[in-house]
Amino acid sequence: MFKNRIHILNLIFAFLGGLVLLFILAPLVGMFLDTSVEDLFETAVDKEVLDSIWLTLWISMLTTMFFAISSIPLSYLLARKDFWGKRFVLGIINLPIVIPHSAAGIAILGFISRDSLIGRCAADFGLNFVGHPVGIAAAMAFVSIPFLINSARDGFEGVPVRLEKAALNLGASSLRVFFTISLPLAWRNIVSGLILMFARGMSEFGAVVIVAYHPMITPVLIYERFGAFGLKYARPVSVLFIGICLLVFVILRLLSREKKYAGN
Amino acid sequence: MLVINKLNINFKEFKISNINFSVDKGDYFVLLGKSGAGKTLILEMIAGLILPKSGKIFMDNKDITYAKIQSRKVGLVFQDYAIFPHMSVYENIVYPLKSKKINNKESRILVNNCASDLNIRHLLKRSPKTLSGGELQRVALARTLILKPDLLLLDEPLSSLDIQLRKDLRSLLRKLNKNGQTIIHVTHDYEDAVSLANKIAVMHEGTIVQRGTPKDIFQNPKSEFVAKFIGTKNFFKARIESQGKENLKKAYINSKLIIFLYTETESGEGFIKIRNKNIILSDKKIEMSTQNTFKGKVLEIIPAHFGFEILIDIGVELSVLISKESLEKFNIQEEKYMWVSFKASSVKFYKGY
Repeated sequence: MFKNRIHILNLIFAFLGGLVLLFILAPLVGMFLDTSVEDLFETAVDKEVLDSIWLTLWISMLTTMFFAISSIPLSYLLARKDFWGKRFVLGIINLPIVIPHSAAGIAILGFISRDSLIGRCAADFGLNFVGHPVGIAAAMAFVSIPFLINSARDGFEGVPVRLEKAALNLGASSLRVFFTISLPLAWRNIVSGLILMFARGMSEFGAVVIVAYHPMITPVLIYERFGAFGLKYARPVSVLFIGICLLVFVILRLLSREKKYAGN
Repeated sequence: MLVINKLNINFKEFKISNINFSVDKGDYFVLLGKSGAGKTLILEMIAGLILPKSGKIFMDNKDITYAKIQSRKVGLVFQDYAIFPHMSVYENIVYPLKSKKINNKESRILVNNCASDLNIRHLLKRSPKTLSGGELQRVALARTLILKPDLLLLDEPLSSLDIQLRKDLRSLLRKLNKNGQTIIHVTHDYEDAVSLANKIAVMHEGTIVQRGTPKDIFQNPKSEFVAKFIGTKNFFKARIESQGKENLKKAYINSKLIIFLYTETESGEGFIKIRNKNIILSDKKIEMSTQNTFKGKVLEIIPAHFGFEILIDIGVELSVLISKESLEKFNIQEEKYMWVSFKASSVKFYKGY
């Protein structure tokens, strides 16, 4: 009787879960099916589309790498140290997740525009971050950095403290302990965080469109094609971009798997 | 060599207070106590992994209380070995040499020699994940010993090994100590202490309750906790009262039980110990010269190394050792009433609290 009840419950849960999966998959599959091979091929050789995809990929990649240098040590501190105001710091880190991205774009624009201190300094060197890849990078980083920090923090928390203590006792400096023990053992989570940050940055539209309409990253291009020409013209760009994103993620996942770390 | 002076620490909700002991070069010092007594914290303080609230640690007359971890020449083997799981056995053992910037060729020779000494040379290329507990323990020892520490700290090194591996590792530790390695070994197992130590400190609730040689501790436990913990039998809290006959005194164990003994102590609180091999068991009351004769019910008969241990209730639980022949001769069974006798001179009094 009890067994049967569990069986029925599992069926109900599986049905509800199936609906969610369908909700995610149906629009995507529909979009792929509605796009003809000719349209896709035409888009794949469209210079504007290719330039925007390339721009999106490399800005997102460089942004992730640049911010990793300061975010990973911060994640380590958050995982290992208890300090006054730690909860507040954690709150700040998660702030970009909860605020509307267009509002985030406004904030970034105010931060880098020619009226701001940074903007004025850049102008002295003949730079204007608004409508510049640096502005796009700032908008991408702002909305995606919590994913890296949180994932890396989870990774460091999973590294047993006694392994670090053992390394210190074996004569290693704190820096060597970090690079030879903590970082390799948290690596899996850090790679996940890097991929998440990269993906989130790449797909950002709201914040980027306010900071830089041009040069055009792919999410902005899709929006522009939809606005100017309609669904039919926006669809092949979307399909191509999704395809390339998936390909990049699969490659990154495979690369991160190649080196087998012990994990936690 | 190592002097610990009035060490105190508050670690999270744990408190360690007034720890004092000294370890000489070549000593095998065992810190004995139940889990949670604070033994590991003391090792971590000596290694510099945590800092004390107050007190001092001296090593070769040098104050190392706040010295850098890397400069202490103290090697710590963790209870669960703390082998780096993402490195091979070789990489684990060579790890400390890399910190010392010793070149590859010399490192290889040192690792091979150390691995040969500990019988793990065949494991060097293996991943730690494929090793047994005993093998991991040896790798952890090799990794610590390769730096030739002045002082080796072992945190419960035998607790997770089976009987045969324990025996092997005990003899390995004995050998290391014989070769001059000074060792502080933390354990909850008094057998480890008896079989390895030349000095013991017993810890209870964050403080050292007794220290001395194994003989001192096991023959003269200073408190009921120490006696119970080290498995001493027939050790009871008592109040001594003089009865005017020179050194013959009365020890009140409880309101009903009075035991006669010889002691120079006039009166006061403390403990008495009755040697179980000096207790005579009979099935009838026999007139003897002994001052102490009691009737009691046999509670349990436990096979012992030589014969049997009889637990008999005479108002307190008394342990008596008898041979197999005596057991059969008196037909001793559980629930049966027997008589126990022992001389007042077989009872020893220890002043205590």
